[in-house]
Amino acid sequence: MYEGTGRPVYSGIAIGRAYLYRRNSGQLPAAGGDAAAEQLAFDQARETARLQLTELCEKTRRELGEEQAMILDVQILMLDDLDYLDGVRGRIAAGASAAQAARDTGEEFSALFAALEDPYMQARAVDIRDMAERLVTILCGGDSGFSMPEPGILVAEDLTPSETVQLPRDKILAFITRQGSANSHIAILARIMNIPSLVQADIALDPALEGRTLIVDGFAGRYYLDPDEATLAALTAKRDEELARRRQLEAYRGVPTVSRGGRRIQLMANIGRPEDVQAALDGDAEGVGLLRSEFMYLGRDNFPTEEELFDGYRQVVEQLAGRPLVIRTLDIGADKQVDYFGLEKEENPALGYRGIRICLTREDIFRPQMRAIYRASAFGPVSVMFPMIISVEEVRRIKAFCETIRAELTAEGVPFGPVELGVMIETPAAALISADLAKEVQFFSVGTNDLTQYTLAIDRQNAKLDEFYDPHHPAVLALLKMVVENAHAQGIWAGICGELGADLTLTETFLRMGYDELSVSPGRVLEIRKTVCESEV
Amino acid sequence: MKEIRYVITDALGLHARPAGLLVKEASRFPCAVTVGVNGGAAVDAKRILGVMKLAAKQGMELTLTFDGPQEEEAADAMAAFLKANL
Repeated sequence: MYEGTGRPVYSGIAIGRAYLYRRNSGQLPAAGGDAAAEQLAFDQARETARLQLTELCEKTRRELGEEQAMILDVQILMLDDLDYLDGVRGRIAAGASAAQAARDTGEEFSALFAALEDPYMQARAVDIRDMAERLVTILCGGDSGFSMPEPGILVAEDLTPSETVQLPRDKILAFITRQGSANSHIAILARIMNIPSLVQADIALDPALEGRTLIVDGFAGRYYLDPDEATLAALTAKRDEELARRRQLEAYRGVPTVSRGGRRIQLMANIGRPEDVQAALDGDAEGVGLLRSEFMYLGRDNFPTEEELFDGYRQVVEQLAGRPLVIRTLDIGADKQVDYFGLEKEENPALGYRGIRICLTREDIFRPQMRAIYRASAFGPVSVMFPMIISVEEVRRIKAFCETIRAELTAEGVPFGPVELGVMIETPAAALISADLAKEVQFFSVGTNDLTQYTLAIDRQNAKLDEFYDPHHPAVLALLKMVVENAHAQGIWAGICGELGADLTLTETFLRMGYDELSVSPGRVLEIRKTVCESEV
Repeated sequence: MKEIRYVITDALGLHARPAGLLVKEASRFPCAVTVGVNGGAAVDAKRILGVMKLAAKQGMELTLTFDGPQEEEAADAMAAFLKANL
């Protein structure tokens, strides 16, 4: 048995025969005969390639969407690029065969792109090579030479977009690629197909791999070649268990989240960036209950502009296509490395200058964000909630500020929708005054991670405290109960968006308390729905 | 000869999709069309590889020149195209 690792891009376990992806890399006729004949052959191949790509582009548009299709559309344009055509013509005139000229010129341009600084354009080197290799294949009269008669695991260096869309998808149990990344074509395909896959794997592309038994463990990021009996048995059991679990959960897709006793709860997803919306939809979330705003601020060296913020929020609203979205305003503090905020180092950042405390004192940060959120609300339902609240006074200041933003936008003739305002209950103070806070806003969302840490005075990062930490501490549960009762007394809704929301041992407790919404990571929605639907509460 | 300038506002910049559309738009007109970034060397706007190699990003300024038959129409059409797509 040989064991190796790779970066998992989709979880699950697959067991099957290895298929090595091979390109048709037969010897090309290096020298051409008559230059005029070679040029004619090249021009004809170009027309064939155009037809193939047009067809492939349509197929891709139907099956994988506009973005993947556009990649192929750009390849059609490359076929007509005069720089490329000049390069080929020159090589043919100098005595090269049409196929050799197509390949060498493709390699020349591919290398130019690979050397660019911009990572996006570097990645386009693959598209140029893909286009050129298509011409080579046509000129040499072959197809890609790859087929999978039986279901199996595809092992490859990496795959180009057109190779990816031409794969026999019904036969592929998993992918292992030596290159690639979480954003490569193969990773995207793996997620669409829901099959375990590894990229950047340490696997040798030895022809001797062909037909041998492989196991891909997409949970652990490992693969096993020629597994011994114990490994095979253990992972087969794990795979079957996982498949059974998924099948069971699939029965809850699209089903209303209602307990046997008739209690309904809304199941939403927590996400951190626009790209996560797809995962939320795939997980069958009914909307987004927590969009963290920090993604717009981290990993850069200046504040995002209102336009950038608007763009980010709008992307999420549009992808959700009418499903509800709750945006949490910026929750950043001295514990996060964002130099351009110019935050002073603090002894105790968890109790420091963070969250709403920054927003309320830095209008230059808060204003663009709130304007962007209101503007995005013109495109679909949007609610907004504010982190780290401890007083009614803070909430009144926020409401007054939102009122001025609405007045500004109205005066400017900028459209916006009805935005519900909510408070995150993360401090014991907010929980204890929730009866008063409920009179000010339209909803509560409990951030259980912070609420627990502040209630128990335990830092979750400190492993030494694990023995003292009880996530089900009666004090936290008492606060949770108090919050939802106070919300309902004022006729507003209450949800939970912290980790505790996904704790299946508490789902019934939350139902009994009367929570209206749970917001959890996208992959947990179906199992919580199952628990709710099976509950007698 | 006509010249227009445009600052890219699209967050993704002149990536493959808009580059492809720009090339198609330029190719509709018989005049010569060039495009350059931030005052740098210009390339033929009808050649996709050259346009993509510009790797123009959000905030950068494109300069386009139009020279030859229908240069007026081409410049107007391109100005509208840039506004709508970039």
